[in-house]
Amino acid sequence: MLNKHCKSRIKKLRLNRFWEYIAERTLLLCASAAIVSVLIISVYIFYSGLPIFGKAGFREIVFGTEWKPLEGQFGILPMIIASIITTLGAVALAAFIGLMTAVFLAEIAPAGLAKIVRPAVELLAGIPSVVYGFFSLIVLVPLIDKYLGGGGNSLLAAVIILIMMVLPTIINIAESSLRAVPSEYKEGSLALGASQIQTIFKVQIPAAKSGIIAGIVLGMGRAIGETMAVILVIGNTPQIPTSLLDRARTLTSNIALEMSYAEGLHQEALFATGVVLFIFIMLLNIAVTFLFRKAGEGS
Amino acid sequence: MKKLRTKDAAITVVIWLCALLTVSGLLWLVIYIVANGLSHINLEFLLSEYKGDKHGILPMILSTCYIVLLSLAISAPIGIGAAIYLVEFTKPGRLLQIIRFATETLAGIPSIIYGLFGFIFFVNVLKFNFSLLSGALTLSIMVLPVIIRTTEETLKAVPLSYREGSLALGATKIQTIWKIILPSAIPGILTAVILSVGRIVGETAAVYLTAGMVTRFATSVMDSGRTLAVHLYMLAKEGLSFEQAFATATVLIVTVALINLLMTKTVGKIKKTMNSR
Repeated sequence: MLNKHCKSRIKKLRLNRFWEYIAERTLLLCASAAIVSVLIISVYIFYSGLPIFGKAGFREIVFGTEWKPLEGQFGILPMIIASIITTLGAVALAAFIGLMTAVFLAEIAPAGLAKIVRPAVELLAGIPSVVYGFFSLIVLVPLIDKYLGGGGNSLLAAVIILIMMVLPTIINIAESSLRAVPSEYKEGSLALGASQIQTIFKVQIPAAKSGIIAGIVLGMGRAIGETMAVILVIGNTPQIPTSLLDRARTLTSNIALEMSYAEGLHQEALFATGVVLFIFIMLLNIAVTFLFRKAGEGS
Repeated sequence: MKKLRTKDAAITVVIWLCALLTVSGLLWLVIYIVANGLSHINLEFLLSEYKGDKHGILPMILSTCYIVLLSLAISAPIGIGAAIYLVEFTKPGRLLQIIRFATETLAGIPSIIYGLFGFIFFVNVLKFNFSLLSGALTLSIMVLPVIIRTTEETLKAVPLSYREGSLALGATKIQTIWKIILPSAIPGILTAVILSVGRIVGETAAVYLTAGMVTRFATSVMDSGRTLAVHLYMLAKEGLSFEQAFATATVLIVTVALINLLMTKTVGKIKKTMNSR
């Protein structure tokens, strides 16, 4: 009797262990979904985008200045330049405004005010990019045309709207990096007689440096990858811009504009545009990972 | 000393101005669009089809809902499962590092690259064509990192004593996860889901290249459909009707604002339950 009971008990435990095993493996499968996705995305982007480099020539594509896909000219240098200018322009300004807003939220703002500003920043992050684009098309483009001329559809319009779009990224990360600075640093500095502003700029910001830079690089990733907002305001002419009021076309808008009707080599050239963009993004991602790791070590 | 004080005061003013600039930029955008859009929103606009002289957005609302549900049905179980594995099973080491790097990479890939990939892989290689399914599959990869990371954070916040208590009572690990850890992590998991809904509703580039832009009512997952965000893009790009565009943008902003509100509520709830423990 006892023996029989023991046996069924052991059987049940074995069964349990079997299910445990199955469950663990299933969860592992879920966890590897991210790895599989990254691999499959990279493979397909490169597999589709690389052949044209062999056919049309690497230099002709990356350093070519003429984008005439129907005549077999696939130079994307104008797009690369436009992407870099819009990204750097937007991030340079957004980094300053964002860092100051982060300082405001972390140190300066009275508690009640911070409670209003923080949800505002969150809403800014949540508004769809196409809404930004539409707003910019309706409001900024006419304003630029009226006061600076040139029609309004321009690099400048794209830069301004990108500033608004990358602000929340920079603010959120800079604020949490500032908050992660040990309070002893601040107390020590204040005890030595430094003012609050001196403490912020000479102690807290330097201590949070890696995190803040990571936020800025993350903002760059957002800016260079932004598509729909930029398409609506930048004018989309594939030429090397000579001033901020020129029309231009970014890498992202090149893909989105022509993908729906492109065929053959033209389509492959768009895939190649994706490859170039993908490489830019990967470099930024690696920089972010590195910076966050450094920030983690620092604190 | 006096010089220092004026310098400090000047910097403080700059800081206040920057914060003001951020908030006023947002207010300008929201007020401008809502003020222009609200008057065009009525039941007919929300509930009629987009055909002939009717310019309703019902098909787009439905397509958006289908894509949201379908993407979440795919990515929520996988994402939550992944988070459970990362928190409960892995020890710090190579595998964890690789998975983390992959998640970070996915989070950093811009939506146009997802769109391009979806176009190549789901639309052309797997022959799903422009369809809600292609769109949802693409988006489910896109929101995966959001779900994994947010769920991970919540699972980490479940006190260790819960696990120890359950295991000490003789429960197996899976039982502990299923009956103890997951129930106490539900508000956090909800946050992850709501966050993803926001991302999907606002997405344009990735959907545009995978789900297409047909304005009919979608009858199956293999049908092409136009989401609200894509609709706004088409209206603005073609310059068809700024009135409709304002109204659509208003609908989008209100949706996002509601999602944010819902999220603050659930996050507040989590904090409350965590504190009461």
